[in-house]
Order: sequence, then C-alpha cells, then structure tokens
Amino acid sequence: MRALRPTIALAAAALVLTGCSVSPAAPDADEESTLVVYSGRDEELVGPLLDAFEAESGITVKVRYATSVEMAAQLLEEGDRTPAQVFLSQEPGALGALSAEGLLTELPSDITDSVDPQYTSTDGTWVGLTGRARVIAYDGDELTADEVPTSVFDLTDPRWRGQVGIAPSNASFQSFVTALRVLEGEDATEAWLRGLVANEAQIFPRNGAILEAVNTGAIDVGLINHYYWFQQAAEVGAQNMRAQLQYGEPGTSSALVNVTGIGILAGSADDAAALEFVRYLLSAEGQDYFVTQTTEYSVVPGGPTPADAPALDDIRGPELDFADLADLDGTIALLQKVGLL
Amino acid sequence: MPAVVAAIPLGYLVLRLSQSDPERLLASLWRTRTLELAANSLGLSATVAIGCLVIGIPTAWAITRLRLPLPGLWRAVATLPLAIPSYVAAFAWVATWPGLSGFWPTAAVMTLACAPYVTLPVAAALTMADSRYADAARTLGADPTRVLLRVTLPRIAPAAAAGALLAALYTLADFGAVSILRFETLTWGVHSAFEGSLDRVLAAALSAVLVTMAFVFVAVEQLMRRRAARVVPATGAEPTTLSGTPRSRVIAIAGLLLVAALSIGIPLGALVVRLVGGVGIEFDWPRLAESTASTLGLGVAGAAVAVILALPIATLAARYRSTVGALLESVAYLGHVVPGVVVGLSLVVFTLSIAPALYQTVFALVFAYGVLFLPKALGSSRSAIQSVPPALEDTSRTLGLGRLTTWWRVTARIAIPGIAAGGLLAAVTAMKELPATLMLRPIGVETLATELWQKTAIAAYGAATPYAIALVIVASIPTFLLARSGYRS
Repeated sequence: MRALRPTIALAAAALVLTGCSVSPAAPDADEESTLVVYSGRDEELVGPLLDAFEAESGITVKVRYATSVEMAAQLLEEGDRTPAQVFLSQEPGALGALSAEGLLTELPSDITDSVDPQYTSTDGTWVGLTGRARVIAYDGDELTADEVPTSVFDLTDPRWRGQVGIAPSNASFQSFVTALRVLEGEDATEAWLRGLVANEAQIFPRNGAILEAVNTGAIDVGLINHYYWFQQAAEVGAQNMRAQLQYGEPGTSSALVNVTGIGILAGSADDAAALEFVRYLLSAEGQDYFVTQTTEYSVVPGGPTPADAPALDDIRGPELDFADLADLDGTIALLQKVGLL
Repeated sequence: MPAVVAAIPLGYLVLRLSQSDPERLLASLWRTRTLELAANSLGLSATVAIGCLVIGIPTAWAITRLRLPLPGLWRAVATLPLAIPSYVAAFAWVATWPGLSGFWPTAAVMTLACAPYVTLPVAAALTMADSRYADAARTLGADPTRVLLRVTLPRIAPAAAAGALLAALYTLADFGAVSILRFETLTWGVHSAFEGSLDRVLAAALSAVLVTMAFVFVAVEQLMRRRAARVVPATGAEPTTLSGTPRSRVIAIAGLLLVAALSIGIPLGALVVRLVGGVGIEFDWPRLAESTASTLGLGVAGAAVAVILALPIATLAARYRSTVGALLESVAYLGHVVPGVVVGLSLVVFTLSIAPALYQTVFALVFAYGVLFLPKALGSSRSAIQSVPPALEDTSRTLGLGRLTTWWRVTARIAIPGIAAGGLLAAVTAMKELPATLMLRPIGVETLATELWQKTAIAAYGAATPYAIALVIVASIPTFLLARSGYRS
C-alpha cells in the first residue's frame, strides 16, 4: 500500500485545493449583481469587453466559454435548470435552435428596434450584435487579386481543382449555403456543391484551419469569414500574412454578411443585469469595441466602421432577410445529399 | 455500482434514441455516407492497432531484454509520446508539412501517439514472465525464432492485445487528430451532426454505430485473452537480460531513436519553432501557472476516482471467468468510445437529475474524469490482479482472513504496480481531456487543454504554444512515473 497512500493523499489534497480556490456555482447572496453568461464566442475576442462591462456596471460577470453549438446543445439539455442568464452566440443558427425550443425570452422593443432589421431575428427572441463578411482567402504568393474570382460560383472551374478549402460542418458555411438556396435557388446551389465535390474541394473542420492552409500555401483559395484574417494578422503582423482576402462582388450572394447574436434565457426574462448587459453590447461603447478590436461590423444603424476592412456599405451584402435563413434542416439535407456531410 | 456509473454515456444514448422518430432515424443513418464513415473508422482503428503492435512489441523487448546504455532514458523515451495530446501532434505535423491529410498520415500520427499503450503492458509482461521457460526451450534445442513464437509471444499476447484494444478504442473516439488531418471518421460525423444542425438524435445514432464497432473490438480481445496462456508470474527468478551483439544493440538504439524522433521530436520541434517565430505573443504567466495547477489537481483527482471505480470490476474480471464479469468489463470499455461531446452531454443530464447542486463544480468534473478514464485504469489493474497467484489468496483465506481483508492485504499489495500504472495512465489522459471539461468545469476554471482550445479556435497558434508546451510538460510527470513503475514487476 505504500505506493497507493501518497496518491490518494495527493488526490484528496488536489480536490480540496481546487474546491477551495473556486467556489462552486452556489447562488450568490446578492443575485442582482451577478450575471452568468454562456459564451460561444472566444475569450480572446470578447473577454476584454466583458471586463469593461463589469467595471462600468458593478455587476459580476461569470462566463463559460465553449463553441456556440456545443453550448446550445448543453443549454437544450439543461432546459429550465440552466445556471445561465444570457447566451452569446457566434452563429444565428444556435440562437434559432434555442428559440424554437422556447428557451429564449422575447426582448423589449427598445433593444430589438436598435438593430438594423436586416441583421437580427424577426420574432425578437434574439438580436444581432455584429456582422462578418464571407470572403475568399487566397495565397498571395501564388496569385494576384485579379486572378481570384469575386464569385464563389467560379470556384468550380477546373483551374481550382483540389485547391479550394471549405468547412461543410461549420455553421457559417451552412448559413452561407442556406443563403444561396434562398437567393440562387435549390438547383443552382446543388449544382454548385456538386461542382465543388467534383472539383476535389478540400474539406476542413473549421475556418481557422482553412486560413492556416492558405497561409502556408497548402491550398490556393478557401471560403472563410473576414475577421479570422485580421485576428491572425494581429498576431504575426499584417505584412507577414501570405493569405490575402478577396471580397465578393457587391450585392451578390458571394458578398453575404452573417451575424453573431445574443439572447436572454427564458428563466431570466426580467433580469435587470441581463438586460443591462445586452444594452451595453449594443451601445456605442460595445459596438466600438467589436469594430476596433475584432474588426467586425456594427449592426446598429450609424455605428462605426472598421479601419482596415472595407465598409459594410461597400461590401453591400445581398438583399436578404435573416428569418429566411432558418431552414437549416433543408441545408443539412442538401449537404448530406451531395455527400459533404 | 461502478458498472452503473460507467454505463452513464450508454444510458444517455439509449434515452436519446428512444425519444426519436425511428423512421427519420433510419433514413438519416441508412446512407452510403454512414457506411463510408464507419469503414474509415474501422480501417483507421485496425491499422493503428496493428501499427502499435509492430512498434510496441519490439520496443518493449528492446528496453526490457537488451542491455542498453542508459536504460532509464529509453524507458522514458518509449513512454513520453503519451504526454503529447494527439491533436498537438497532428497540429505539429501539419505545421511542418502543410497540406498533410488523409488516411495514412492520420494512421501514422495516431500509431506514434498510441504505441506506448502496447509498449507499457508488454514490457511489464516481459519483466514478469518467467524467462526460465524460454531458457528451458533453448536447452531443449529450440532456435531463438521458435522460442519467440512458441514461448515468449503467447505469454505477452494478453498484454499486447489489451494494449492494442486501448489504442483501437482511443482511435475510434479521437476527434482532435482526425479533424486536423482531415480524415472523416464516425467521430467527425458525430461532431458534424451537432455543429450547424444541433442534431442530437443523429449524433446519438452515429455514436451507437461507434459503440457497436467497439463491441466487436472488445469481443475479439476477450476471445484472444481466453485462448492465450496465463502469464505465470516469476517466482524470484531474475529475467534474463541479453547482452546482445554490438550490432543488435546499435540496431535497437537506432530504431528507438527513429521512433522517438517521429513521435516526440517532430511535435516538440514544431512547437518551439512556433514559439520562437511569433511576434505578437504575450506571455500571461499567472494564467499559465493557474491553468497548470488546475490541470494537475483535476487530473490526479480524476485518476484516483477512476482507479477506485475500476478496482471492483478489475477484480471480478480477473478472478471469475463469468459472463457477468466479462459483460461489466465490456460496458466499461464501450462507454470509452462514445465521443467526448456526447459523454459531456450525458454527464450534464446525469448531474442535473441526480445532484443539481454539484452541477458545474469540481466534484462533478472529477467524477466525469473517473467515468471517462475508468477503462484506462481497468486493463492494467485487471492483468496485475490476474497475475497474483490465487494460491496466495487461498492461503490467506484458510488462515482466517476475510475476503476483503485478503484482497487488501494480499491481492492489492502484490498488484499495486499494475494498479498504480493504470492510475497514472488515467491521469495523463485526464490532463489532455477537452470536450467534457468544456461542459462541466466550474465557471472560471481553465485547464491547459481548454486554454489551448480557446487559442487555436481563433487561429492564434502562436499564443497557444506556451499552453501546448506546458501541457506536454505536466503530462510528462505521470508519464515518467509510469516509465519508472510500469516496467517493474
């Protein structure tokens, strides 16, 4: 037993230590001043903003980070027993799924009215927070901007055989396919997807991996969201980025602008802290943070514009109602039909 | 009780599937895509298992039977790949050779990462196996090859099979490496089902296919074990160490070095290159220290729970060749291949319905680690208990000691190296765990794995590197202990 005893002692000590240093999720005495946020957005991106809110409001913010979809799955399992008051999502799809199950509360009109109706929910159960443009990332060492198409439909050309990176399981790609179905029709979308498969498109698990592949020259082009590029450029320096961005032809489906959003859980409908938090993110200060720090687009009319990226008005996303993007099941079925899922 | 605990993920699958519309379920499952994913998973796991045997058995033989310079170093080197998470290794390979993807690269990376699962138990078996049998065969005129095939291999077969099974199950459940190296397996399918569509039913259905596959692996292993000779423990006789010809020693060292370069050198090298190459990386030392401490604490505590849960099952499986024992053992293994996301969700449901007050506390997380890594502790505990001569237990019983006292004072005392090795293996794996940790950790608690995940999710690979290096270093601690204890009888 000599060998086992220290192990048990160590384990017990570890339990006690971790248990003491972090108080379990016991209800606080003063509930008004605490807010539990489930964030599908990364800490690197939103952490500083939450700290600023904490400092300004005096409300203690407890955040749990994971991917939007895993978090939504967790919220679905938790149901009304969730400790969370607010869900901050990277994708409208995850918010839509919770809304469909009745897990989100309807937001007051002063909040829903403050957002550009093009970039928010139709039933008021969640609001858009920021916009991100779909772009074609390309290998700047091998290609010049005018060699890279501004329409995704050109990527089925044999010129790009085996050189296009896509992430079919990723929610932003799926939203994009839904938009294509709405704007271009089922047949054109299916033909495009089949064209990509026939053209040996390279399958990646997520946007970051596509950018990494383009940036190392492993593939020529890839479909991602614009801000991934700015995030990596901030780390290695913009002049050191091998990958470059091509924005879609203005007004077409290739120039789609997708949104991130936020909703309040049904059990916290009247929670003052939750409402204050949502209002803060939509305030000039909150929107300014996203624009300057994460290079996303403001969805509040008259909001700021990022310095290095083209203005939202210049990208000119297609005329589209986000409520039309609700048919995720149809998109999944299509992706399954062509063998991408 | 422990078996019930181990069955939580399986119970969740049954719950989800029973709530679904069978027609829709069948329609989404009955596609060539499912077959393709299943074939990919099966092919990959089988290849990795075979690859691990091919690397693991010679490695184990070289480090236990050959008189090599610096024996401790080689043992450590042969065990160290365990400390490197498969997703870190895969990332390093892709960072070094951009565009690397598909079946063979994935199989190679997984094999290199999993080979110690075979090396460790085989080395332990070689050390424990009485080499006088081999000597006897030699004196009776059998040539070395014949001795190897007829005497030595059958004796290490159960250990090798148990190790290969762990490697195969680990590969079935792995998502990190297959997603980075872009080889679409069933686990990939489960994640795709969640992502975008939040299709918990399809995810559960695909997981059920995975479990079925794992059942086949477990059955094959149990069959092999039943047919294999029982390892007769050495009774005081020192195992023979061959000095070997200088040439054979050079070949052995070259082989060990090559494997080490591929499995340890490349990943660590790529990480260091990243660390040195980044410009905008800021070190957050307090944060790094904090997440290192919680990784260590949670890993050790989780391993302790895993061992406590594993011991009753291991004892039953080792001592009684009953159907119940075999079944319990299978259940414990099967839960292991359910993808981490599903295990995480199952424990969310379990904690909220049994002990809502503990939800998202350290206790729930440690318990989850216990459930998740019970199989890691199980295999080596079982073979260790199996190798305790039943005659000793019988003697103890006739001398008037009770069943439990006998177990504690005789069986456990002799089997302790094997049990400890199982616990250390569980600790290493717990430290690398991600999906369940993300769902169950208390708010504000970060482990090195969650930090690493956060950084790589936004493509901040440079910022991720210090956490990756810290994770490898922390996981090396139990690995080195394993290297020291695991090879001794």
